[in-house]
Amino acid sequence: MLKIANGRVYDPANGLEGVLKDVFVERGRVVEPPPQSDEWEVLDAAGLYVTPGAIDIHTHIAGPKVTSGRILRPEDHYGHPVPRTGFSRSGTGHTIPTISVTGNRYAAMGYTTVFEASIAPLKARHLHEEFHDLPLVDKGCYVLMGNNYFVMKGVAQGQKALLQEYTGWLLQAAGGYAIKVVNPGGVEGWKWNSEKVQLDTPVPPFNVTPRQILLALAEANEGLGLPHALHVHANDIGRAGNCTTLLETMKALEGRRAHFTHIQFHSYGITKKGGFRSGAEPIAGFLNEHPEFTVDVGQVMFGPATAMTADSPLQFRLRGLTGNKWSNADVEMESGSGVVPLVYRRNNLVNAVQWATGLELLLLIGDPWRVFITTDHPNGGPFTCYPRVIRLLMEPGFRREVLEGLSPRARRLTSLASLDRAYTFQEVIIATRAGPARALGLATKGHLGVGADADVTIYRPQGDVEEMFQRPAYVLKGGQVVAREGEAVAGGEGRTLLAGVNGCERLPGSLRAEFEAYYSVRLDNYPVEPEYIPCREVIACG
Amino acid sequence: MPVIESVVCTFCGSLCDDLRVTVEQNRVLKVGGACALGRQKVFHDCEPTAVWSVEGMVVDMGTAMEEAARVLSSARFPLVYGLSTVSTEAQREAVALAELLGGTVDTTSSHCHGPSTMARQQAGLPTCTLGEVRNRADLIIFWGCNPMESSPRHLARYSAMAKGSAVTGRGQRRVVVVDVRPTPTAKAADEFIQIDAGRDYEAFTLLRSLIQGKAVPEDVTTTGSAGVPFERWARLAALMKGCRYGVAFFGMGLTMSGGREANLELLLTTVAELNAFTRFYAIPMRGHSNVAGSENVLAWLTGYPFAVNFSRGYPRYGPGEFTVVDLLERGDVDACLVVGADPAAHLPRRCVKHLESIPVVLVDPHVTLTTPLARVTIPVAAGGVGAEGTFYRMDNVPLRAAALVESRLPTDEEVIRTIRERITRAQDR
Ligand code: SF4
Repeated sequence: MLKIANGRVYDPANGLEGVLKDVFVERGRVVEPPPQSDEWEVLDAAGLYVTPGAIDIHTHIAGPKVTSGRILRPEDHYGHPVPRTGFSRSGTGHTIPTISVTGNRYAAMGYTTVFEASIAPLKARHLHEEFHDLPLVDKGCYVLMGNNYFVMKGVAQGQKALLQEYTGWLLQAAGGYAIKVVNPGGVEGWKWNSEKVQLDTPVPPFNVTPRQILLALAEANEGLGLPHALHVHANDIGRAGNCTTLLETMKALEGRRAHFTHIQFHSYGITKKGGFRSGAEPIAGFLNEHPEFTVDVGQVMFGPATAMTADSPLQFRLRGLTGNKWSNADVEMESGSGVVPLVYRRNNLVNAVQWATGLELLLLIGDPWRVFITTDHPNGGPFTCYPRVIRLLMEPGFRREVLEGLSPRARRLTSLASLDRAYTFQEVIIATRAGPARALGLATKGHLGVGADADVTIYRPQGDVEEMFQRPAYVLKGGQVVAREGEAVAGGEGRTLLAGVNGCERLPGSLRAEFEAYYSVRLDNYPVEPEYIPCREVIACG
Repeated sequence: MPVIESVVCTFCGSLCDDLRVTVEQNRVLKVGGACALGRQKVFHDCEPTAVWSVEGMVVDMGTAMEEAARVLSSARFPLVYGLSTVSTEAQREAVALAELLGGTVDTTSSHCHGPSTMARQQAGLPTCTLGEVRNRADLIIFWGCNPMESSPRHLARYSAMAKGSAVTGRGQRRVVVVDVRPTPTAKAADEFIQIDAGRDYEAFTLLRSLIQGKAVPEDVTTTGSAGVPFERWARLAALMKGCRYGVAFFGMGLTMSGGREANLELLLTTVAELNAFTRFYAIPMRGHSNVAGSENVLAWLTGYPFAVNFSRGYPRYGPGEFTVVDLLERGDVDACLVVGADPAAHLPRRCVKHLESIPVVLVDPHVTLTTPLARVTIPVAAGGVGAEGTFYRMDNVPLRAAALVESRLPTDEEVIRTIRERITRAQDR
């Protein structure tokens, strides 16, 4: 029984903005103010800002691709050792920290729930094993389906009901929370050495197009009533002029629920000479008119990063652009993935435009309930950059200062210099927890109303915004203080959030023969056994 | 009779998961579908031969555990070594123990595929799962590896002979073996290139130039390379560039011959560059059932795949420094926990000599060559037979191996955790 007393509560979902109010916590939940609270333990929050715990809607922190990155990059770890303490494991790493360091850093920064954005079901056991070693935060994962053999075949044959049953089964088999699409058809195309795949390019072996795959999965997603929308990483990432592809993709899904991820990497225009420029304006304009869509930005920050996605062709392209080492892992019947080390530099024109494009999107999209702050960790930079991103949004002066340090050419290729908007504290709280919770369909997260999880982040207001967000005074997980002043002070494992799909316990019978013929494992050995997810919370489908 | 279907074989890195095992009254009667190695492993593991012992005397479990905890916690430079045949659950415990002890953890990887992992850290690893090989590969190269003997079902299940979705059988694949001697795998191939021992680097240099379309000096075109006529290399280069989906499996013939990681770095670079023309991948042919798991577990817990030292309270990586052969050769280690390995059988004589001079705790289902030099022996249920657990196939696909029989013995995981908890309790006191 804990009373968080005298803080200023920022709880946008319940319409509170800096209201002086006590928050009562019992058995891990926020409860009604009791008639008498003399006996309650008090956490004195006088002068502090009380907010719901933050949620990362899109990050890459665990699983085969991330660990492949860790193996690939010892140089990311050498200079970043973390000693063990009485309650936490030791570790290493900057852009791809070890799993225990990852959980502790997130929690210390006020994040209490995180979503690993891509897992190929065949390797999902690895992710859940690793999740078991992730301390403090609640977590979930998105299951890759945009290049899946059975999905593409189902689309080709127009078997909607079968497709829905299959996607539901696959989600369960992998222990997932949402359906993820990465470069639909494009990864399969890569495996056939096809040229670049656009929204209407037919892809072997079934000659279906990315548009058809997206529509079919969006429908299946709705049919299953999943808590989160279809989570889309569009085709054509990273190329000059790709904002038209994103626009076309959004138009294709108009009127449906969809979340478009790391849209900064998909919002590039093209100059007359074929050069790189920002394409943020048309994207933001479109999104402002379409309340059915949510997005996260995938902000790029200057400094080291590690590019890692299921988008194999992109990673190979990055190898060519940077000359850096490259790992790739094609996964039979399902997916691909790749990893390439990167550094974003201020004096690189493309990097400077990328940086500005992300901020333009965050500033031009008006509704903070639908645009979320991410770096697509570790693709645009590590998640530990979030406080700096927030400062860039809250302080136009600071933003201008950084912008002026970039080359004048880069400035001309974006509209950032003309944007004066400053995020309010409340807007930051919306874009980092209230909004993501709503987009994810998490009724007990992202707010502090009665019945909410007692995941609470308490900030000390101060002039230095970055410091404030880097080191919250207190972070509570399930009512327990797990971090203080930017340091984790407790151990323990959070829950794994699963989508509660109904009635898809078995792979549809008509698919079994092909499964056994083309997978290298038996169907019996494919679904992740319940033992791997001992600490689970099932979120019901609507 | 009750038959357990879809059993995972935990003998080699192929982790075939289609065995049918007949069990009656807690006894395995029949092992269907396995190769001879796998079948033998299951029967052998049903009857663990090791006993609880301290200094050769049979003791009870508590005494052995107590002595193991004492030996390890009183050491100044303890080593936790092995891990290639135990579950990831046990590997996770082993890393936690090394961390608690401020010791070193190293795996059999360091004297096996360690060089490929180091090459991967230099050049990256473009790779794919075994099902992709089966479904798509129209060119398969086995370089310095001999799966017909080390992983007998590999060719039928995953590679040369397997039937896949896009490539439907043996007739649609070219299979090339490069090795220093004609192996059974070479006999199953379309082409065998017998290369001079230790000259792989030279061969890769030539292949890479040919694939890049670079001019080759005349002496090479006339005398060939690595003991093989130029034309054969030229043909191989053309095959590699012209295939639709090529996969090179490589083994200890490359990792442990002259050049080591340099060989692999060039192989991996060549494979990466081939992707400008076609799809081409490389897969390390890993021998033990869970050596791939050990690299993953160590990497997610410490950031490094093997040779990790915790003496400063955080992980440090040191191939050549914290690798088992180097540590034992230098005589740095003053106590060793061996789990999932048989160092007396596989390490150089001088390393074994040092092991003889220090207290060794051996956790193993069986009496092995290491048993006589162990101060403490702890029998365990064998993973995949007497105990369940997770194993990672050579292509990093994780599988759950179920227990086939009930064992009276604890699992590796339980033993290591118990030792760790004893040490923690003693430290807290
Ligand atoms: S090939 Fe390897 S995994 Fe398969 S049955 Fe034989 S020993 Fe077991």
